Amino acid sequence: MTNRKTLKMTVNDTVRNVEVATNETLLETLRRVGAVEVKCGCEKGDCGACAVLLDGMAVDSCLTLTHTVGTRAITTIKGLGTAEAPHPLQTAFAELGAAQCGYCTPGMIIATQSMLTHDTATPDENDIRHGLSGNLCRCTGYTKIYDAVLEGAKAMRETEAAK
Amino acid sequence: MNKLDEPTVAEQNVNFRQIGKPRTRTDAPGKVFGKTPYAGDYVMPDMLHARVLRAKVPSARMTRLDVSKARALPGVASVLTFRDLKIGTVATDIPGQTGFKRRATDQQILVDELVRYQGEPIAIVAAETVEIAQHALSLIEVDLEPVPGVYNVFDAQKPDSPKVFGTDNLVASYKVRKGDVEVGFAAADVIVENTFTTQYIEHAFLEPEVGLGWEDEQGVINIRSSTQAVETFRYIADAMGLPHSKVRIRGALVGGGFGGKCDVTVELYIALLTKATGRPVRLGFTREDSFYGHGKRHPFIITHKTGFTRDGKITASKIDITSESGPYAFMSPYVLMYATEAGPGPYLVDHVHIDSRSIATNNMYTSAFRGFGATQACIAYEQQMDEAAKVLGIDRIELRRRNLLKTGDAIATGFKVQSAVWTEECMDRAMAALGEKPKDKGPIKYGHGLAAYQQGYGRMIWLHDTAEGWVGVEMDGTVLVRSGMTDIGAGQTSSLAQIAGELLGIDMMDITVYNSDSSTTPLAGTSSASRGLYMSGNAVRLAAEAVRDRLAARAAQHFGSTADDVDFANAQVFLKSDPRKTMPFKELVATCASEGIHRAELAIFRAPFGDWIDPETGQGQVHPDYTYGAHAVQVAVDTETGEVTILKSIGAHDIGQAVNMAAVEGQIEGGVAQGHGYALSEELIYKDGCLVTPSLSEYLCPTSMDSPRIESIVLESRSGLGPFGAKGIGEPGHTPAAPAVANAVADAIGTRVFDFPLTPEKIARAVRTARKAG
Repeated sequence: MTNRKTLKMTVNDTVRNVEVATNETLLETLRRVGAVEVKCGCEKGDCGACAVLLDGMAVDSCLTLTHTVGTRAITTIKGLGTAEAPHPLQTAFAELGAAQCGYCTPGMIIATQSMLTHDTATPDENDIRHGLSGNLCRCTGYTKIYDAVLEGAKAMRETEAAK
Repeated sequence: MNKLDEPTVAEQNVNFRQIGKPRTRTDAPGKVFGKTPYAGDYVMPDMLHARVLRAKVPSARMTRLDVSKARALPGVASVLTFRDLKIGTVATDIPGQTGFKRRATDQQILVDELVRYQGEPIAIVAAETVEIAQHALSLIEVDLEPVPGVYNVFDAQKPDSPKVFGTDNLVASYKVRKGDVEVGFAAADVIVENTFTTQYIEHAFLEPEVGLGWEDEQGVINIRSSTQAVETFRYIADAMGLPHSKVRIRGALVGGGFGGKCDVTVELYIALLTKATGRPVRLGFTREDSFYGHGKRHPFIITHKTGFTRDGKITASKIDITSESGPYAFMSPYVLMYATEAGPGPYLVDHVHIDSRSIATNNMYTSAFRGFGATQACIAYEQQMDEAAKVLGIDRIELRRRNLLKTGDAIATGFKVQSAVWTEECMDRAMAALGEKPKDKGPIKYGHGLAAYQQGYGRMIWLHDTAEGWVGVEMDGTVLVRSGMTDIGAGQTSSLAQIAGELLGIDMMDITVYNSDSSTTPLAGTSSASRGLYMSGNAVRLAAEAVRDRLAARAAQHFGSTADDVDFANAQVFLKSDPRKTMPFKELVATCASEGIHRAELAIFRAPFGDWIDPETGQGQVHPDYTYGAHAVQVAVDTETGEVTILKSIGAHDIGQAVNMAAVEGQIEGGVAQGHGYALSEELIYKDGCLVTPSLSEYLCPTSMDSPRIESIVLESRSGLGPFGAKGIGEPGHTPAAPAVANAVADAIGTRVFDFPLTPEKIARAVRTARKAG
């Protein structure tokens, strides 16, 4: 039998106590506790649909064991922004048609946020291709995703500059 | 109708307020904020979890099946095998709002005696947790005794081959006899003959098949699933011996379909387990299940023998087509029909002779995939045109130009196209957008390629396709739309909001669309066959126009004008002749409500109905209408490694009328990327019926690293049969992309790989062979 542990998890700024099996993936835990905005596409790290931020760094939640997360803050697409207070990437993805079926979108935006904060805030199209290469999209051909990332990154820089 | 022969720059849709604009889709906010519930996100109290036991071998006789240990496992609620089924089979015929089942092609639900493909379901389990269900599968004892199978279409056609389907492995066959092909060849100066082959490919939608079922207070089995076809409720009811009214399929916004969610997938297993346990049951396919659990794209072998005059006019086209259906029919007969109809492509050929057949094997079964056989046909006819140009010494574009169909010309089946045919304009614009070809640098060779196409949209006319749609205005002036149309990510519901909004003068974002429910939304058929907008859009247009007419009549009474003079925009009603005379839409609606004027309408749209084409000559009408266009590609090929980089990729299409320009571009861009993968990297490899590539790390879809920015050129002839003159674009965006890549690669390396996909190994080998031949 697998061991179980009780953990303190921070998901989108809400702290909760969760009992998990030691072989449970973060994807399984998050969806079990209701964070179903984290999507399951392959459970093998091939598609990126389940990406979340751990202390601001994108990981595939299907390849992360929950008990190894420790005190790192977990952010899903819902923690990035809301309809009332949208994140610039969310606005850009919606307005520029970068979400079609939308199933890859949460992971795609999370991966973009991670790239913009850790790699470059001023990406060109080549940076975007590299930064999002772990996130499959089958609907858009990536073109409108490139547009949305460029636009969203610009809006983020402008917001930053205005501070 | 516009001047069909004179493409002009689209007039920026000046007469519309919402239609044709690149609007944010109504479904976009929910998706970017993570608020959209997909079918797999629903849970219910007391819910069970299901898993499917699949055969590990492709051809076997089941000599023993013992589920007693699995049933005894604590936490297991139900284990079902063929012995537990009242009816052992389920229909696989084309689903939709198209009347009755046409073909007796039912298949076993769970293996009864024979396993016919690897992954065929043997048992289904429902348990308290996924882990228990998975454990229960391992406790099921199955003895499978191998039976000789047949794993390619050549062997399958031999008299002594194992028979997988019927008495001869022949799933369907057609012929086309237009003119006299011998007369045509006699008139030819040059005859070009080539064979092109294509591979099995996977839809690879990001959301694997999933659903949740429960029985409600009326004894109705409800299934919330990820599907392109809520109309499969009929097949599920039939398979369970239930009245049709006792099965309800409710969709959700779907995480991608591409044809792969048209057939019954998880729904029947869920329904059976729900009925057996009396509890809600959830079944989510793993990615591996998805590889084994739905039909794939057909591999085709297509031989073209084409006669040309010295100056490049086609005199005759003889085409031989073989597709692989796997062990069950599913959509194979229809897919073959599309490939047959599309055989010679968008060219006027007086003498056409086509023989086609779909052959059963013990490889995975095949079914619908974006383009539905017309895609494979395009891969063959467009490579053939390039090969012919080489032999004739005529420029590739010029050769096409000399043969293109025009409005009023007869296609292969003799049907005369009535709408605009702007292939030439699309070719010229796509090639112009490619610009100059870069100079080769050492082993890096550059190539340009083009492919033109013809793709039917709407259902084959003998299926008598219809769609219903409902539009109603609430007391506060907000608008509801109801349509059974599923939304697989192309923006189907958003377009319906935009159409109703345009006609009623309400912003699309203020319109609520209920869709994809087989019991409570008016059935509109599947989101397939590039028919979504054409059919459901027309139904909603008719409903909205009827509501608008009644409201306009009442407004005319108020203004003392004629109804013709009344217009609707920005939630206001006003007179065209005197826009100062205005009233809020809400006020008009309130007046109508108090006077009992009907504020809602249920409309039906009927596509053209017709008979099956002549079985001996293949002459007649197959589709209501066609979309035309062209795709151009620039590639760089490393002739030492065989690696291909796509540098530019341009899709130019006459789509009749854009409803949402951003969504149209999205269809083209996504279809193109799928075409890039089809041409270069995607392949389901079956070794003696066993899948070698059952994951997304072995089955290679294009990533961002493989994908250049794709350019869409959208022309609007306003000549289509869809709302406001729209044509279908869901499949056409994909159809010419792969052959354009193939033609660009051939242009770069000076020789051709005739066998898809064009992997680095095949390209490098072709280069070496060509060098040796020198």
